[in-house]
Amino acid sequence: MYDFEYQRPASLADAITALKSAEDGKLLAGGHTLIPTLKQRLARPSDLIDLSGIAELRGIKSEGGTITVGATTSHAEVTESDAVKSAIPALAELAGMIGDPQVRHCGTIGGSIANNDPAADYPGALLGLGATIVTDSREITADDFFLGLFETALEETEIITAVKFPVPQAANYQKFAQPASRFSLVGAFVAKTGGGVRVAITGAGQEGVFRVPEMEAALSANFSPDAISGITVSDGNLNTDIHASAEYRAHLIGVMVGRAVTACG
Amino acid sequence: MSEHGMGASVRRKEDYRFLTGNGHYLDDMVRPRQTFACFVRSPHAHAKIRGIDTSSAASAPGVIGIFTGKDLEADGVGPLICGWGITDKNGEPHKAPAHPALATDEVRHVGDQLAVVIAETLEQARDGAELVSVDYEELPAVVLPKNAMDASSPLVHADVPNNLCYDWELGDKAATEAAFSNAAHVTSIDIVNNRLVPNAIEPRAAIGEYDAGSENLTLYTTSQNPHVARLVLSAFNGIAPEHKLRVIAPDVGGGFGSKIFIYAEETVCLWAARKVRRPVKWTASRSEAFQTDAHGRDHVTHAELAMDADGKFLGLRVNTIANMGAYLSTFATCVPSYLYATLLAGQYTTPAIYCDVQAVFTNTTPVDALRGAGRPEATYVIERLVETAAKETGVAPSELRRRNMVAADAYPYQTPVIMQYDCGNYGASLDEAMRIADHTGFAARKAEAQSRGKLRGIGFSAYIEACGIAPSAAVGSLGAGVGLWEAGQIRFNPTGNVTVFTGSHSHGQGHETTFAQIISERLGVPFENIDVVHGDTDKVMFGMGTYGSRSAAVGGSALVKAADKIIEKGRKIAAHILEASEDDIEFADGNFTVAGTDKAMNIGEVAFAAYVPHNYPEGLEPGLNETAVYDPLNFSFPAGTHICEVEIDPDTGAVEIVNYTAVDDFGTVINPMIVAGQVQGGVAHGVGQALHEGCNYDENGQLITGSFMDYSMPRADNTPSVDIGYTSVPSPSNPLGVKGCGEAGAIAAPAATINAVVDALWDLGVHDIAMPATAHKIWQSIRAAKAAA
Repeated sequence: MYDFEYQRPASLADAITALKSAEDGKLLAGGHTLIPTLKQRLARPSDLIDLSGIAELRGIKSEGGTITVGATTSHAEVTESDAVKSAIPALAELAGMIGDPQVRHCGTIGGSIANNDPAADYPGALLGLGATIVTDSREITADDFFLGLFETALEETEIITAVKFPVPQAANYQKFAQPASRFSLVGAFVAKTGGGVRVAITGAGQEGVFRVPEMEAALSANFSPDAISGITVSDGNLNTDIHASAEYRAHLIGVMVGRAVTACG
Repeated sequence: MSEHGMGASVRRKEDYRFLTGNGHYLDDMVRPRQTFACFVRSPHAHAKIRGIDTSSAASAPGVIGIFTGKDLEADGVGPLICGWGITDKNGEPHKAPAHPALATDEVRHVGDQLAVVIAETLEQARDGAELVSVDYEELPAVVLPKNAMDASSPLVHADVPNNLCYDWELGDKAATEAAFSNAAHVTSIDIVNNRLVPNAIEPRAAIGEYDAGSENLTLYTTSQNPHVARLVLSAFNGIAPEHKLRVIAPDVGGGFGSKIFIYAEETVCLWAARKVRRPVKWTASRSEAFQTDAHGRDHVTHAELAMDADGKFLGLRVNTIANMGAYLSTFATCVPSYLYATLLAGQYTTPAIYCDVQAVFTNTTPVDALRGAGRPEATYVIERLVETAAKETGVAPSELRRRNMVAADAYPYQTPVIMQYDCGNYGASLDEAMRIADHTGFAARKAEAQSRGKLRGIGFSAYIEACGIAPSAAVGSLGAGVGLWEAGQIRFNPTGNVTVFTGSHSHGQGHETTFAQIISERLGVPFENIDVVHGDTDKVMFGMGTYGSRSAAVGGSALVKAADKIIEKGRKIAAHILEASEDDIEFADGNFTVAGTDKAMNIGEVAFAAYVPHNYPEGLEPGLNETAVYDPLNFSFPAGTHICEVEIDPDTGAVEIVNYTAVDDFGTVINPMIVAGQVQGGVAHGVGQALHEGCNYDENGQLITGSFMDYSMPRADNTPSVDIGYTSVPSPSNPLGVKGCGEAGAIAAPAATINAVVDALWDLGVHDIAMPATAHKIWQSIRAAKAAA
């Protein structure tokens, strides 16, 4: 790893100042992508601004049909949270499927979505549930937030502070793991909400997480696995790699969405 | 059975230090004034080195030295060697192209090292290595073994035509042809034995250290055989004479074969320590381990089995192309030849066998022995062939095997491919495995799975291996450059406790426990009073090291011989002190007793008398310290039957191993808990090969599976909990009756697992599937079969 300046601000305001004044600053949350990247000398930031000292960024609140998860809340905290488990059990279960116990105790929701790895699990939950990303300067809907491979709507010096999840009527996440990394090869998040059914797919798309409008329409009309049996996602925009062809991913999307619908009950 | 003797499940005494962070692993070691090495490695699979510019690296902060292959040459450091000579079909020796520790003219695989930067800190060494500028001229690469001999393929070594290291054969070709011409049925298969990366938990590491006063060199290294490393580094690389070189392999975190070999990095660190006059340390990163630890397997095979109308095997014909990688690793040549084709009889009486093997060079990491080494490949050929033959002829797989097995009263049994099996009872293992696996209940379980939409299959693997490597004269006649005996020493200290020295090396096997059990049993010394020392050429007389499931059979037997000498000497001392005739002294449970009397001395008292010889036999040397060397009479032949039962989800192709049974004949079992651990670990390794692990290069020779993000290891949640049984016939070839257990699981499991997967899919029209049988591949096979139906 190359040398960098390490900073650990105690407030959001200090973090913003540090980020703005750094030549090429990077925010450090759980570090589960950034630290390996640094160790392999694939990045050379001037400053690392560690967010772990900022109390206001961490924690889970439940109020008025919304679950708010602070940006530096770990996956383990989400998976173990009684508030999350009772309001959106699918979210707690999804967090429990990320990595291994060590990863889950370090990795954070803000870090995961800011990175927007196309095979990460959280983007599926945010898009599937129609969550809102809160930053130091604004609120962004999940539909507007995830722009492509490792790309988000975040500005250079914008910091995610929290994610607000509306509580659905029912939701489920089905993950078919990539055998080596255990990231999602195909992850299907299905949510039944007052505004209709939402279906988000992670792991499969060349541009990262995406929704499947045909399935959403069919399921909004008839919430049963049969409703989507004739719908195939085109494999044209899906990934092919040594672990799965686009064709296989397209097939798995159908299987996993069907299983998620069944599991929603 | 005593609490700590043979047959007791004694808890491993080494585990306490391993589990509490008190092990002595190499990367934890800090030598005074140590420096750090970083290697400059090729990003290309094949390229000419036009020039290496080290000038900016030389002036980088903290850099102490930069060396290239020319510096090694100038110092007379010899190239890396391959220690087993193969004679080809035409009586010619195998091709042995030069293998410099640092490449000089060409790089031949991704990760090939061509320079080393030594600096005050590891980060400074890495900074320096980044500043070394190499002018490459990229050359075309050949990657797949099946393409290596094509006239259109580039040459890995200009002086090796067709990339052919050797074209070798074993068996009676004419007799085999005749058998096929008389066959009622011939089954043929084309299989690939997938390339594996060893992935020991501790990466390779080395510290070279030079003492200017004594002119002695010391190499601390992650080795499975430190004495062999010293011999090679001295006799072939010429770094220092053996008496001026000490090699220490402390606690080593796994090897699976990959730490047998004498690699470039360890050689360079040792040599460089004298150049810079300071200790030089290197620890492989995981990426370096993926790129430079010798890989395993990588065979492409066509095999045919001829049978008569009753299903009796008449002949076996096998052609294999074996990938050697870019250079010959230390024992690479013997793996797809004498460790492979000699086992092709399997457990069966096939009278005529012919095998030819083309070993080829490619622009990939060198390939050498990996857990099982040749024997997993042989077992996979035979057991896939037999299972397919059973399916094709409609004979039950267990029945077809039983009809052809070597009978329990047929030993010694001479196979047509060199080996003489000394003992066994293969039918007993098969019966016991079928009983434990509840084979009769399988049909009902399959029907029940079907009602849940799942496809259930069951597969056998009746394997045999040759372990206890090996009689020195026999392996010498086959081309081995070394003898394969083992040394042991038992030193009683004056106060009666015991230090045992062994040339075997423990890197996870638990020798500190099992060898202490052997000594405790033989000499009646309390287990806790015995310490086992290994892994240091200055402490242990000599040793050939640990591989090929040899440590108990050969290293353990050396200790038995040393114990016999201790007893003989003790008898003389006791007879003198007890004023009896030597012939009247009996030894049992640690006590020397005058027969028919209650006059006795225990072995601790005898040891004290030996060191304080006030009342002592005239002419007898004081001290109680005996060394023995054991050269085995024959290989040992562990064998058994494994049965795997799987359930496949046809919607996704995902496989779950629902039952796994291993019944093994390991001969005498010293510590059942440790043996069960070896079986469980070996099966995990074999299941890993069958379902998960596969090392892939792209067409340009770039390693695609270069990290755990893409190289899929077996994990706890997809590794079966093995139901273990034993049918033990003690080996007559060594005094302990042991056969070896470390590799059996990795040898048996691939065929058992794939046979189960194919059984589950057979009725859909899937009759073969390549390893690793991932969910993706199974789904594709199902779909292709449905489309063809």
